[in-house]
Amino acid sequence: MKMSGAEILIESLKKEGVDTVFGMPGGVVLQIFDVLYNEKNLKFILTRHEQGAAHAADGYARAKGKPGVALVTSGPGATNTVTGIANAHMDSIPLIVITGQVATRMIGNDAFQEADIVGITRPCTKYNFLVKSVDELAKTIKEAFYIASTGRPGPVLIDLPKDISGARTDFEYPEKVSMRSYNPTYYGNKWQIKQAAQAILRAKRPVIYAGGGVILSNASGELKELAELNRIPVTLTLMGLGGFPGTHPLFLGMLGMHGTYAANMSVHDADLVIAIGSRFDDRVTGKVSEFAPKAKFIHIDIDPTNIRKNIHVDIPIVGDVRNVLVELNKELKTLEENRNQLIRERDPWYSQIKEWEKGHPLSYKKSNKVIKPQYVIEKIYELSGGDAIVASDVGQHQMWVAQFFKYDRPRTSITSGGLGTMGFGLPAAIGAQFACPDKLVFNVAGDGSFQMNVQELATIAVNKLPIKIVIINNGSLGMVRQWQELFFNQHYSGSIIKDMPDYVKLAEAYSIKGLRATNPSEVEGIIKEAINTDGPVLMDFIVDPGENVFPMVPAGAANSEMIFGESAKSVKDKTAAKKEKKNSVLPA
Amino acid sequence: MQHIISILVENKFGVLSRVAGLFSGRGFNIESISVGTTLDSSTSQITVVTMGDDRIIEQIIKHLNKLIDVIKVIDLSEKDYIVREAALIKIHTSRPEDRSEALRITEIFRARVVDSTPSTYTVEITGDENKIEAIINLLRPLGIKEIVRTGKIAIAREDMKQTAMQELKKVRA
Ligand SMILES: Cc1ncc(C[n+]2csc(CCOP(=O)(O)OP(=O)(O)O)c2C)c(N)n1
Repeated sequence: MKMSGAEILIESLKKEGVDTVFGMPGGVVLQIFDVLYNEKNLKFILTRHEQGAAHAADGYARAKGKPGVALVTSGPGATNTVTGIANAHMDSIPLIVITGQVATRMIGNDAFQEADIVGITRPCTKYNFLVKSVDELAKTIKEAFYIASTGRPGPVLIDLPKDISGARTDFEYPEKVSMRSYNPTYYGNKWQIKQAAQAILRAKRPVIYAGGGVILSNASGELKELAELNRIPVTLTLMGLGGFPGTHPLFLGMLGMHGTYAANMSVHDADLVIAIGSRFDDRVTGKVSEFAPKAKFIHIDIDPTNIRKNIHVDIPIVGDVRNVLVELNKELKTLEENRNQLIRERDPWYSQIKEWEKGHPLSYKKSNKVIKPQYVIEKIYELSGGDAIVASDVGQHQMWVAQFFKYDRPRTSITSGGLGTMGFGLPAAIGAQFACPDKLVFNVAGDGSFQMNVQELATIAVNKLPIKIVIINNGSLGMVRQWQELFFNQHYSGSIIKDMPDYVKLAEAYSIKGLRATNPSEVEGIIKEAINTDGPVLMDFIVDPGENVFPMVPAGAANSEMIFGESAKSVKDKTAAKKEKKNSVLPA
Repeated sequence: MQHIISILVENKFGVLSRVAGLFSGRGFNIESISVGTTLDSSTSQITVVTMGDDRIIEQIIKHLNKLIDVIKVIDLSEKDYIVREAALIKIHTSRPEDRSEALRITEIFRARVVDSTPSTYTVEITGDENKIEAIINLLRPLGIKEIVRTGKIAIAREDMKQTAMQELKKVRA
């Protein structure tokens, strides 16, 4: 039977198991929207901005573990998705972005609403296609899903010219994909895995450093087995949160710039670092030359370009994290006999870690006068029983969520790790709520980040999504303010947000319930009320405007050189002293 | 160190810019790049000359391998290979003595004069970089108007031992 390109697109999406598409219509995609008009098995969710659509599809993918899909028009619609695409690219999230394009004969003519989106997104997609004939459309979609969700996942863009959506051809959806040039390595080298097992058993001070790859390859069970079997402490990256239970006795907390003291010191003193699905991001390593200076490295990753990118690796294993861990655990079990003794030999290591944990736990100065942001997060954790998806934005609040919300399950922490995109949280929460309709979903936002995609309140309201929005309202672009306070002589240039809207009224304008807390005594009450409310709720927490995220590794420093609330004062004094000195030599 | 990297790719539009974009986007250096289709018209061969220490070259090769359209990447510098480039050199030859000097040099280098006007000769030359540099240096005193160079193309030499063994087998069979 002959079908139009638009019909082929929708049928193909359904064949891929897609149930929800986020986006916005426009001139060149009208044929597609016309097909959607009568479509019952595919929900189209109208966002209020294409960036929102891309982030929502991203949030959907993170929560569900399946590619998210966005559909937008050409030109401005397409360019509006770029931040969302780059965000997914950095975090290896499978995403299919379908952009309309002007008719093929118009391409390159600076036609109305034309943009070379294939050119624009080449560096921030895993792959992208310009469909040049309706006959290749079905195959292209099949390949796009295959590329997006296999190997190291990532966003794939399909640029679909208007005349192709209109052209007709026989529809046959390919069963299989074969691409001679794309063959990810799924299974680790056996010999290297044996080497790794030996190294693990020999290690006196081992530590596992795991990242988002664990979640992407659904390997948290295997990771837990590896850690428990050999009693190895685990630290996670921001992207890895939930990949290992946050309440597990072997969990050290997050590492890196705002990681725990115990995590950073463990890595610093380790004799073996087992890096799993993590890429040695500079926010994690601090000064690279002093990252785990005494350790041998095992690195397991599906992407060979991640290996030896900036750290020398002794035992590289390229493969799907889950497959490799299955093999590694098998191998370790065959070496059963002397394991218990070897683990006993690590007793000094465990007690050292306990000391670090006791000496510098995550903490903050409690107050009953002003709301501390950390307290809000603690309460959300407590009152939700930890059983929630939390989509955070970017800034101080993001770090407090990472520190004080203990994720026990994968796919519950949704945050922009690699690109650090303000405005990600709200639309990502929308995607997550569509992926998991029965789950309690929070969006924890900064007052700055929240305003970047605030228009998506409409999407939440119209779809009656019961998302609980938490604004950590500190009246500033807090993370920027923190850096200026510590390293730029308290020059608060461009970081104080004046004349803020009344967020409660703003919520009400969208018919969303708005609640506010200005005193610590009100915090519990409004969180409870929000959780017990059926629909969406926005909570505006007016928090201590001067609160900072600690501990902190100053940029360029080694992870062992963390500063805490107290020592931060001396950093401040030092920069202030420098400033004074500079002033004093100035002529009067 | 200089490396010559040979990349077999799908012959699709946009592939060259993906390869070139990979270099520019990651701050890797391209000294020259050339491309053409292979025996199988569905594939193209790209030859890239680049500089870098072992770590950078390892990253370049891994990243190239990761590109969806790349079928095969070979670092020719690890093999025995033949490298050539071509150049067209347009020289001022208004005076008769310059014309004969130009012809003499062309002869020595086994180059060819492929175009001539009353005031110019255009010389075609292929060879390795040194040969091309050498002829340019010799022609320079005559006055060079314009030079166009292709950049390098390279091909691995057949493995002598292996081909010898194959021949031997044939003979024995
Ligand atoms: C799109 C974008 N623009 C700028 C930045 C730089 N930036 C990082 S954190 C930050 C401040 C975030 O402020 P807010 O959302 O209020 O959160 P807070 O740090 O106060 O918790 C800024 C401007 C960014 N990460 N993303």
